[in-house]
Amino acid sequence: MVYLTRKAEFSASHYYHNPAFTPEENLRIFGKCNNPNGHGHNYTLEVTVKGEVDPRSGFVVDLKQLKEIMHREVLDAMDHRFLNKEVPEFFTQIPTTENLAIAVWQRLESKLQKARLHRVRVYETPDLFVDFYGEE
Amino acid sequence: MKAHLTRRYRFSSSHRLHSPNMSPEENLTTYGKCNNPHGHGHNYTLEVTVSGPVDPTTGMVCNLVDLDGFVEREVLSRYDLQNLNTLQEFAEQVPTTENLSVEIYEILQRGFQNAHLERVRLEETMMNSFEYAGTNELRR
Repeated sequence: MVYLTRKAEFSASHYYHNPAFTPEENLRIFGKCNNPNGHGHNYTLEVTVKGEVDPRSGFVVDLKQLKEIMHREVLDAMDHRFLNKEVPEFFTQIPTTENLAIAVWQRLESKLQKARLHRVRVYETPDLFVDFYGEE
Repeated sequence: MKAHLTRRYRFSSSHRLHSPNMSPEENLTTYGKCNNPHGHGHNYTLEVTVSGPVDPTTGMVCNLVDLDGFVEREVLSRYDLQNLNTLQEFAEQVPTTENLSVEIYEILQRGFQNAHLERVRLEETMMNSFEYAGTNELRR
């Protein structure tokens, strides 16, 4: 089994707010991240796939295809966007790094052909990242 | 849905690698420059990985305020700008980064209840890093 990781960057804004909480609860739990005007990050996304090496091509997966899938399914939808207002998953759930990693996984999983998705890693900042391995 | 969250911290400490159970010659052979009696220092980078279900009401595995607060209070304030050899936990063990990883893991394991502790990783320099995961499987 060989593991291959492709990186991408995107810039997006978001804020943390649960409409079921009172304003005081939202402020206490989310602090500055509750500012409804949002704030932004340069996110780094790492998509790790795994599979056997194809003996003819020497590839686990065609990187051109993986790059196209990542652009079409994730980056085009999220890059330079306000996540809470423009990405459907985040109309009803909070765009934390955790939920972002899960959303990226769900967008990519069924679109890969030969290789299997092993891990999605999202860096919100260089000092904070979340890994999702597809576990319920 | 279960996710793994990793947070990075930094602290600076000095240490000397020396074992009283070895002769001076053995210490020099084993530890080389790290045996310098005056010690030397590192800017350590600490990564703490916790895991758990993503809370549907907050979207979080755990609140960073809680994790940062605990690590600041129990780990960074203990080790930052300190000489590791002067600390009680290194009175009878060499303050290698291996041993430091285990100490930090155990501080978190004993005291941080908000999420499951997966792993502690320490970068001693840009070239050397160490990971300790207790009884967990080390995920790649």
